[in-house]
Amino acid sequence: MPKTKKTVYLDYAATTPVDPQVLKAMLPYFLTRFGNSMSLHALGQEAKSVLEQSRKQIAKIIGAKTSEIVFTGSASESNNLAIKGVAFANKDRGRHIIISSIEHPCIMQSAAFLEKHAGFTITRLKVDKFGQVNPADIAKAITKETILVSIMHANNEFGTIEPIAKIGQICRDKGVLFHTDASQTFAKLLIDVNKMKIDLLTASSHKIYGPKGAACLYIRSGTGIEPILHGGSQEFNRRASTINVPAIVGFAKASTICVKRMARENKRLASLRDKLIKGVLSRISRSRLNGHPKLRLANNANFSFDFVEGESIILSLNALGIAASTGSACSSDKLEPSHVLLAIGLRIEQAHGSLRLTLGRWTTEKDINYVLKVLPKIIKNLRIISPFKI
Amino acid sequence: MSSLYSSKVMEHFLHPKNMGKIKNADGIGKVGNLTCGDVMWLYIKVAKNKSGKEIIKDIKFETFGCVAALATSSAITELAKGQTLDKALKINRAKIVKSLGGLPLIKIHCSVLAADALDEAVYDYLQKNKKEISLDLQKRHEIILKSKESIEHRYHDWISLEEQLRHKKK
Repeated sequence: MPKTKKTVYLDYAATTPVDPQVLKAMLPYFLTRFGNSMSLHALGQEAKSVLEQSRKQIAKIIGAKTSEIVFTGSASESNNLAIKGVAFANKDRGRHIIISSIEHPCIMQSAAFLEKHAGFTITRLKVDKFGQVNPADIAKAITKETILVSIMHANNEFGTIEPIAKIGQICRDKGVLFHTDASQTFAKLLIDVNKMKIDLLTASSHKIYGPKGAACLYIRSGTGIEPILHGGSQEFNRRASTINVPAIVGFAKASTICVKRMARENKRLASLRDKLIKGVLSRISRSRLNGHPKLRLANNANFSFDFVEGESIILSLNALGIAASTGSACSSDKLEPSHVLLAIGLRIEQAHGSLRLTLGRWTTEKDINYVLKVLPKIIKNLRIISPFKI
Repeated sequence: MSSLYSSKVMEHFLHPKNMGKIKNADGIGKVGNLTCGDVMWLYIKVAKNKSGKEIIKDIKFETFGCVAALATSSAITELAKGQTLDKALKINRAKIVKSLGGLPLIKIHCSVLAADALDEAVYDYLQKNKKEISLDLQKRHEIILKSKESIEHRYHDWISLEEQLRHKKK
């Protein structure tokens, strides 16, 4: 990682640094090849050409056709487009949408928006204690009114991977569109939109060492979708906005690099993750792992510690140069604990003491050893201050 | 380094003052915040000063909560230590926030928790010793009591664990 000072960065699920190779690929598109892809002159056409090349690279990774990729500005935007766009285009076929109770807020709130303003009914499916959706529940929840099912590929907080191929098959059999938010898995797990029967898929750039400000939505040919940004004819009339060419070039480059390294990197990260999980659970009493013990992202470890609060853990770690995150109410703008931790059955006080450590390309075994050395002391000290003890 | 909190807050958080229990405390204030779930227990020891006024001779805290909750706990013990009971009761959230060089807006409620805990500790002392309780303090106590019940309900398991442990030690 381009280092300024010694930081053990364990918040890769929040965002990643840009790969220097990616940045290098982007730079010409700020400086000399800065054209607007809609312009007819050579600079414009050059931008258009690299845009289409990038589209091709991204499409290939998930087995899609080039024309099925729509670039957006963020995964949140992609998810908004998927939910609202499909809803508006298909509302005459039915007004029922199924999501899970552990989706990202942008899915939860897009669905709530449709519920409030467009007469939609939303089913929010429960998950089991590991955070998995039961595909049978989806089959049961689908009615004649259902037009869309949206279930994330893997959860951003506790890392559980969802059975999306099974869900895709059920949706296909019932003739319902299936969207998956793959923000945490694109270019990290193998995805084939045809084999997995996915109709719409959200992918993000800044989780895979690409720049912020680029993402995409895969939309299967023939899927009815209304744009949510109106104006120009960019992105096959599906998303008006001047194309952010440098960011998209970076996104494509970052994806290609990640896919190339996928197998090796997942193995390396999973081994570090397992060392971390085992080390934390054995060294710290009254601690638990949140999410699925096996079917989880190779880079995700999420714990709860009784008697202590997450923000205090985060800033204690920060004081020692470690960057991490929490689902504690104290760290949220609304003072509410993470809805996904509550959805897997954690009590409010357990969500209060949650800690997410997410690993990435520049995480080393030394980093993990350092965390295992300092974290037990931090928890111990905070428990000394706490009125609750063991 | 840029930081969510002021340097004074971080100083209190990383090196809290007057942390822990007081055995045979004269007054204990146990409060919780229903919004965020933070819990603070404050212990005081009361003695008379040279002019015969009752002062807070010693004060300690135990807090389960965020950085702001821990820092305001530590800060209030410093503000209250050595003060007469009357003066201690005048320590409000504004004074605490000021002494910390400010708090993020969303964390102001943490300073309320600390002020409540001190009120409750003094109330507990006055009540136990059958001393006069002002109308204002009585009112504040009744408001705090309402939220306390639900906090105790929420943390029932942990509180009983703590009680068991305390009995074992005795």
